[in-house]
Amino acid sequence: MFNLDFICSFLASVIRVTTPLFFVSMATLVTRKAGLLNMATESMMLAAALTGVLVSGWTQSLLFGVLAGIVASAAVALIICYCAFKLKTDLYLTCIAVNTALSGGTTFAMYVFAHDKLYTLQVVHSKAFGNWNIPFIKDIPYLSTILSGHNILTYVSILGVVIMWFLIYKTRLGLRIRGVGENPRAAESSGVDPVKIYFISFLICSVYAAFGGMYMSMGYLSYFMRDMMSGRGFIGMSAMNVANAKPFLSMLTSLMFGFSQALANLMQLSNIPSEAVSMLPYISTVIILVVSSSIRMVLSLRKERAESKDYYDQPAD
Amino acid sequence: MSEDILSMEHITKVYENGFIANEDVSLSVRKGEIHALVGENGAGKTTLMNILFGFIPYQEGRILINGEEVHITGPLDAIEKGIGMVHQHFMQMPSLTVAENVVLGMEPVRGVIFDRQEAAKITQEISDKYDLKVNADDIVADLPIGLRQKVELLKALVRNCKLLILDEPTAVLTPQETEELFVQLKELKKNGFSIIFISHKLEEVMKLCDRVTVLRRGRSVGSGEIKDLTTAELSKMIVGRDVVTEIEKEKSEPKKDILSVEGLRCKNKDYVEVVKGIDLKVRAGEILGVAGVEGNGQVEVAEAITGMLIPSGGNIRINGKNIRGKTIKQIKDLGLSYISEDRLKYGCAPLMPIRENLMADRIDRKEYKKFGLFLDRKKIDDEVKQLIREYEIKCDDGEEEIRMLSGGNIQKVIVAREMSSGANLIVANQPTRGIDVGTTDLIRKTLIRKTREENVGVLLITSDLNEVLELSDRMIVMKDGQIVAHFNDVKKVSDEQLGEYMLGIRKMSPEEMEGLS
Repeated sequence: MFNLDFICSFLASVIRVTTPLFFVSMATLVTRKAGLLNMATESMMLAAALTGVLVSGWTQSLLFGVLAGIVASAAVALIICYCAFKLKTDLYLTCIAVNTALSGGTTFAMYVFAHDKLYTLQVVHSKAFGNWNIPFIKDIPYLSTILSGHNILTYVSILGVVIMWFLIYKTRLGLRIRGVGENPRAAESSGVDPVKIYFISFLICSVYAAFGGMYMSMGYLSYFMRDMMSGRGFIGMSAMNVANAKPFLSMLTSLMFGFSQALANLMQLSNIPSEAVSMLPYISTVIILVVSSSIRMVLSLRKERAESKDYYDQPAD
Repeated sequence: MSEDILSMEHITKVYENGFIANEDVSLSVRKGEIHALVGENGAGKTTLMNILFGFIPYQEGRILINGEEVHITGPLDAIEKGIGMVHQHFMQMPSLTVAENVVLGMEPVRGVIFDRQEAAKITQEISDKYDLKVNADDIVADLPIGLRQKVELLKALVRNCKLLILDEPTAVLTPQETEELFVQLKELKKNGFSIIFISHKLEEVMKLCDRVTVLRRGRSVGSGEIKDLTTAELSKMIVGRDVVTEIEKEKSEPKKDILSVEGLRCKNKDYVEVVKGIDLKVRAGEILGVAGVEGNGQVEVAEAITGMLIPSGGNIRINGKNIRGKTIKQIKDLGLSYISEDRLKYGCAPLMPIRENLMADRIDRKEYKKFGLFLDRKKIDDEVKQLIREYEIKCDDGEEEIRMLSGGNIQKVIVAREMSSGANLIVANQPTRGIDVGTTDLIRKTLIRKTREENVGVLLITSDLNEVLELSDRMIVMKDGQIVAHFNDVKKVSDEQLGEYMLGIRKMSPEEMEGLS
């Protein structure tokens, strides 16, 4: 069973399940750089995934579907921003409320438009993103299995990481986002309006989240299913946090989370109870978070201890 | 006067909680001068500058810039009107480069791309022009404090500010960096800039400034040409007592040592050494007063004794036991009570009832439990009632949230708890700051009664001269993290004498400080 073919197709499946995490980690990264902890990517993804399926099924145009998905996701972002930064509600609570609202809301909308409460399969015939074979690489044995023939959005997501890196570190907007994220008051006294930056970063975030959502419903699967993100918004956020909001490192940590997801998928074929197996990605999330924050804690503690070394090293009396 | 670049007239600022930060304060700054704004912490200097910079609104008075009345709506507006501020806590993004910090908000771009080279060039040009040497590509977090301050100056200069406000710029600098700053400020003055220099270090003011305005307790108490003033006159203006009140007390009869501190050294959270090896002891039945301008290490000493700050060296013993390695709770159990200067942050739990705040430190003791498991409600109620009565806490029944009380009453609750805990060492840090006369009197009398009747030792840290002179049996003065004076007989100390030690004009030799430890 464990031959090279098998390993290659397993690695390919890792990339497949990591794709939405690439998008989401970048989505949460841009808001984190602006100094905000954005917990609402889950609902942005859901909104985009459903809207994309419905509109592309209705217009029979992938382009319109994608645009509608982005608009839906951006609308969610705008609602959150308006509440949190104009009406001064608590950002966390707003995000959680929106998540809960859209978990039910998308199901309701699905029932209204597709007359089904579980999934849109066979009711809405939506367009989907196709696969792409990379020239040259597609002819190399093994490597082609791993890298080539993935969904177009997989390649878009990798490009998305590069774009995000460029945006954050090379553009004026990126500089302002980082400035506001680090010291909003200082940024304000230099003439940068933090609220404006918050809105912009949330809008950029919503575009990334939209692609992540649409990958799920129009690429990975070809239909919308109730609560189909199953926590990917949060896992992507964790990946970004473990990587301390570094774009390329976030990609690596996303792969780590994708690996455990793919492993879980694989183990469902074995005779381990599937409920136990499906916990794997989430448990590994907790473990990775605990380990990474422990390392950080130990390092800072060690620094503190070093400062009071003389004090502790005295003889006891 | 047309030569005034700025004049602030009759400014009054009352905060929402009724605290009067500025009352009828006037300040005028001429073109091309360095104007000192001096006064103790809490005198209202920072409030006045925050008003000028548009951070906070004010109730009365007016501001004129170049003779025209203006309304400053915010920091941006202030910058546009040519006012630049170097804050005490730098307004910077440490992870960005010097150039990025300087040009943020007015970044040069090529298309959408941030033009790093151009930003560096702008920064370097302005840095060369005013001889403020920095390297534009360095990360701000890696720079020493002195250079970070230059970055702040550059930020103001690049925005064409003509009036620069420096809020205690030397507080964070080494002597060498201070020297360098002074040279640069004089250079800027020659270039036609006006500078407001906020400080409470007299020697610096005398050396650098042309004119001075003194604030005390929110009022302007004087201003004038530096060359017409002596250091002694100025120091009297700064620390002088408004009204002298006298408290009657018997002579203390100190007994055994309760607190002994040996060679204590502490670093603050930025790893800067702020307590540089001090020795002191507090004996049963006496009050040891700690005077000094705020920010000279007094708070850190208090925090080290209470276990909130781990020292970098030295030893602290309470009732003969070393506190090293002990938790705050364990230290308190050695017989320590602490009245913190920040009553809402460390003194109480604002959202909890008075009753629970009064009981917070003792609720785990056996005597309050029934069958070792349940709380003895009746005993607790009785004790709460008694404390409320004894300390004259104005409340209904002790069930309301403590934050609903006035500042004075909150302090009474804290004092009631700390004084009834059975401890024989009380560390009181600014116990009467910002509270009414009646409560102040009650707290002071209680402190004296505790020492005289119950053999308690008190370490009293305060910036209120009246308080320290009237309450202390012995007194020390702290300056720059060291003890610079020790008085065995506080009655013989005059305001002027004390002011000179506090402001660093004089210092006692170790021989003069006999009986300190």
